[in-house]
Amino acid sequence: MKYLRQAPPRYLLVILVVVVLVGLPTQIPSFQSGEWAEVLILSIAIMGLNILVGYSGQISLGHGAFMAIGAYTTAILVHNYHVFYLATIPLAGLMTGLVGLLLGIPALRLSALYLALATFALAVVTPSLIKRPEAFTGGVEGILLPPPEPPQFAQDAFAAVTGGPPMDSDQWLYYISLGATLLLFWLAWNILRQRPGRALRAIRDSEAAAAASGINVAGYKILAFGVSAFYAGVAGALFSLLIGFVSPDTFPVSLSFTLLVGAVIGGLASIPGPLVGGIFAFWLPIYSGQWVSTQDWIPAQIATVFKNAGPAVTYGALLILIMIFAPNGLAGLILSAYTRLRSRLRGAGERTTGQLPPDPQTV
Amino acid sequence: MQLFLQIVISGMASGAIFASLALALVLIYSAMGVVNFAQGEMAMFATFVAFTLIEHGANYWVAFAATLGLAFVGGVFIQRVVIRPVERAPILTLVIVTLGLATLINGLAGFIFGLSLHLFPSPFSTQTVSVAGAAITYRDLGVMAVSAVVLVLIYALLQRTRIGLAMRAAAHHPEPSRLLGIRVSWMLALGWGLASVAGAASGMMVAPLLVLEPNMMQTVIIYAFAAAVLGGIESPLGAVVGGLIIGVTVNLAGVYIPFVGGDLELAVAFVIIIAVVLLRPHGLFGRSAVRRV
Repeated sequence: MKYLRQAPPRYLLVILVVVVLVGLPTQIPSFQSGEWAEVLILSIAIMGLNILVGYSGQISLGHGAFMAIGAYTTAILVHNYHVFYLATIPLAGLMTGLVGLLLGIPALRLSALYLALATFALAVVTPSLIKRPEAFTGGVEGILLPPPEPPQFAQDAFAAVTGGPPMDSDQWLYYISLGATLLLFWLAWNILRQRPGRALRAIRDSEAAAAASGINVAGYKILAFGVSAFYAGVAGALFSLLIGFVSPDTFPVSLSFTLLVGAVIGGLASIPGPLVGGIFAFWLPIYSGQWVSTQDWIPAQIATVFKNAGPAVTYGALLILIMIFAPNGLAGLILSAYTRLRSRLRGAGERTTGQLPPDPQTV
Repeated sequence: MQLFLQIVISGMASGAIFASLALALVLIYSAMGVVNFAQGEMAMFATFVAFTLIEHGANYWVAFAATLGLAFVGGVFIQRVVIRPVERAPILTLVIVTLGLATLINGLAGFIFGLSLHLFPSPFSTQTVSVAGAAITYRDLGVMAVSAVVLVLIYALLQRTRIGLAMRAAAHHPEPSRLLGIRVSWMLALGWGLASVAGAASGMMVAPLLVLEPNMMQTVIIYAFAAAVLGGIESPLGAVVGGLIIGVTVNLAGVYIPFVGGDLELAVAFVIIIAVVLLRPHGLFGRSAVRRV
């Protein structure tokens, strides 16, 4: 066991994850690349939510609405103004970020509970608001987007690596999403490990104490809203390109719930958490449905109902169980297990100092 | 004028329904300082229970009463099992837990009762009676009467009985109440039970106007939020007044403001929520909060 005494540094783990993510589409069928692209997109939105909820301590139950703004910005720019689709992604982020900043100002005046109520109402109202300006948003029918064609060099490179057919649009969108994910996670890591991150956590834990230490409380809280919305906007833009279609019903209230579930499962105020959360939020309902239909002892009738109603049951039960038993989420569970393992391997001398979790319990 | 009166009265009927659900929210808010996001789903589940009883041949009013009783037990059960472990946790945790509860109950309803749409019977006919020239349905009047009875009973229980006094004491001053020998935690559970009863009544009243399905209460709960916030989220009387105001306003806006029409009525409730929390956070009947730093 001696080689384990020096636990591998974290950057090795990061490199491993990046390598797996880059190589993934070469190993799986194309349609699964599309599914994994959705996982990455969810992770981006969850990271946005995590910055807001986990770090600044403000709650939003309406991040699906921010995704809708980003998605519609992209769809309208591409469809009505023929803007190049890649250029619309940052624009959608900025547009949503601006809306987030503007919403952040009234949010300052709201207590946590009222903010939850107001953003929840926003999530419920958004679909019917989108339907209104029909000439612009396409009304109930929504807007169709052409699948983006991967550039020639990417098609050739992909074919050369896999020895199979050239890259298709799902795989191309996977790589665009991966690029955005890496960039935005790196950005979040930089923001949250430095002065702004410390300021946000100070505000979260005690606004009065933060203000007393000279932190611009209002400024940072608004900024957190803006950055968080920016992430959701980028995710929405990518989502609209991936499914090639936006309509009011693409962004139901349950999407906002899914994001919250992802943030909580992954672990609030954790940087790898949103990726874990994205994976769970996407695959959990699918796998739980599939698992049930393979079990012989469950009658077929119940299995079909479960496929439709099951995700809600699993999500709901998980949310409650995690909040009761592991408020730091899966990432928190893994980290504390890792810390415990490390301190045990290092010997008893350090155990007393080695068991503190990296972040204090946040929720 | 007759049309106006007609709209106001049917608005009051829906307002009475919102009031019951808002009262449920207020009961739980006063006990633990958090809005129960699962209130609507609990009401929906209770309505399904009533529907099942009626389907199996129970008389409407027998099913109604039985459902209220079961709702009470269910509310107490949920508080004991799900809420109690996180009773002292921060607001964010509680909000997430009640949201999880909402999702869970919604899924369970789909699981147990199926996802198909049902027509829920109403004990009142839809024939109209003329009141000052306006045609009012018996159903609207009945809904108002039933809601009024439920509200008055809950009010009387809270204000006129020993156990109601203990419940109020436990909610507002838990530590002194405990010293006086009140079982605070059980009082909170009773609060959940009562809230569940008020919610169940609103669910059974609203179901004939809508279609019974697992997502039935998703819009109704927004109106109830608006009502509770407008009334000053801690005030039972405020919830009732707020509910009536929301019901009438939304109905009037739907008819008289062309832009709102039928499908943006929910947005009216949203605007009311935002306006109240920004301009007058303690609502019509609440006290403005003073925070100790």
